[in-house]
Amino acid sequence: MIEILPDKCDFCGCCVGICPEDAIELKEAEINIIEELCTNCSKCIWSCPIEVLKFNRNGVENSSE
Amino acid sequence: MKNHYDVIVVGAGPAGSMAARFAAEKGVSVLMLEKDRDVGYPVRCGEAVSKAGIEEFIPSDSKFIASVIDKFSMNAPDGTEVVLPLEEKGYILERRIFDYELAKSASAAGAEILTRAYVNGLLIEDDIVCGVKFEYRGEQHEIKSKVVIAADGVESRVGRWAGIKTYIDFRDMECCAQYTVSNIKIDPNSLYFYFGEEYAPEGYFWVFPKGDNSANIGLGVSGMTGRKRSAISFLNHFMEKNHPDASILTQIAGGVPCSPTLEKIAAQGIILVGDAARQVNPLSGGGIASGMIGGSIGGRIAGESVKMKKPDHLLSYQKAWNDRLGKRHIVFDKIKNGIYNFSDKKFNSIAHSFSKVPMEKRTLGNLFKTALINNPSLIIDVAKVFVVK
Ligand SMILES: Cc1cc2nc3c(=O)[nH]c(=O)nc-3n(C[C@H](O)[C@H](O)[C@H](O)COP(=O)(O)OP(=O)(O)OC[C@H]3O[C@@H](n4cnc5c(N)ncnc54)[C@H](O)[C@@H]3O)c2cc1C
Ligand code: SF4
Ligand code: SF4
Repeated sequence: MIEILPDKCDFCGCCVGICPEDAIELKEAEINIIEELCTNCSKCIWSCPIEVLKFNRNGVENSSE
Repeated sequence: MKNHYDVIVVGAGPAGSMAARFAAEKGVSVLMLEKDRDVGYPVRCGEAVSKAGIEEFIPSDSKFIASVIDKFSMNAPDGTEVVLPLEEKGYILERRIFDYELAKSASAAGAEILTRAYVNGLLIEDDIVCGVKFEYRGEQHEIKSKVVIAADGVESRVGRWAGIKTYIDFRDMECCAQYTVSNIKIDPNSLYFYFGEEYAPEGYFWVFPKGDNSANIGLGVSGMTGRKRSAISFLNHFMEKNHPDASILTQIAGGVPCSPTLEKIAAQGIILVGDAARQVNPLSGGGIASGMIGGSIGGRIAGESVKMKKPDHLLSYQKAWNDRLGKRHIVFDKIKNGIYNFSDKKFNSIAHSFSKVPMEKRTLGNLFKTALINNPSLIIDVAKVFVVK
């Protein structure tokens, strides 16, 4: 599962633009992953310029990447 | 706030403000919704723009110009610096003020603006978009409209809700980190670019002066690079090596969609403009001027379609954009892909060849020619593009 470190997030929207599933919701200073839509493809992690997104342990084990 | 508008614009960046203004100038009612508290802030931008790029829409004004640019400094991986005088002047803007002035011009044309209004859904009837749902001061609202203009930036979701594929391939996203710093010594009238593996693989690094020894210093790397190493770690490396004494005023992250425009930017009741439509110049990553152009075309056509009561007229926006810039962006994208694959060695040899060109003959066109001579395969790419076109 994708984990966000919300205290580090700059709310820039880079991850939202690349998410193929529309699984990220971004407000002025709030960001959420919509778990029902997320496929754990990890593209948002690669695109975050400031290392805010991570796989939590659970996700790494389940992921095929 | 009324419960019906002819045109609703989502997002109050340069594209949104121009869309709102040009629609309002057609005499239709316009509401622009912005999720943030202030138009123009936070600034996620290097703020470089050409004089001509903004003067199509707003007269130059010192209140939003931080510095005037008359040259480029291109820096190859081995440290070779090539200075290129610019035939046409450029600016580093204060976008916080610039964006605000653009929004003011929209409101002067008659558009209403609401900030802290977060759009979270579309009203759709019989597959036609007919309004938006939004959260405003903790309450959920719905407003109907004849046209929705999605100007919601790189993070755009509005188009997706209308069934348009808008997400961008992570390889085409330039993932950016930038510091605005003070206490650095640079030429206040020059843009500095750095290329190569060390500073910004598959992208470039910039230092843009903002007067008073301050500057925007940042970089963009493709998501492909980001997969291995984040933009911020490249930025910190550059700062330690080149400007260890700089004091950091602000830090921002951001994404620039560097691809051709989306295949579909107009549908029944909705059009997309600016970053939301991926109208950024994919070669330079500049999206201020092209976003304003996209917004102005979209706004004008939306206004006309309401006035003429011809909903289908909205679809002509697609062609109007492609004719003005969209086709050119396809060419730029191919060139970008060629240049991004350059090795450090190639960047160095281009810089060495170009260093021999006398100052008065140094133009962007000549630099490009030098790049082509150093990389014949790129010539084929470029030629193909022109022949096919
Ligand atoms: C680091 C960086 C450096 C850059 N440097 C340059 C440069 O030097 N020169 C240049 O020309 N371009 C540059 N760009 C690109 C440029 O910033 C953008 O292309 C430009 O801002 C696009 O304008 P826009 O109006 O389409 O979108 P934006 O300016 O992003 O505006 C979109 C607006 O929509 C709002 N919004 C989003 N979602 C919603 C919602 N659901 N509801 C309500 N409002 C919403 C946002 O809050 C935002 O205000 C840079 C970009 C980055 C990230
Ligand atoms: S992992 Fe993939 S699907 Fe999930 S939020 Fe990130 S980009 Fe979207
Ligand atoms: S890309 Fe990173 S900083 Fe930007 S909104 Fe996503 S998680 Fe936050």
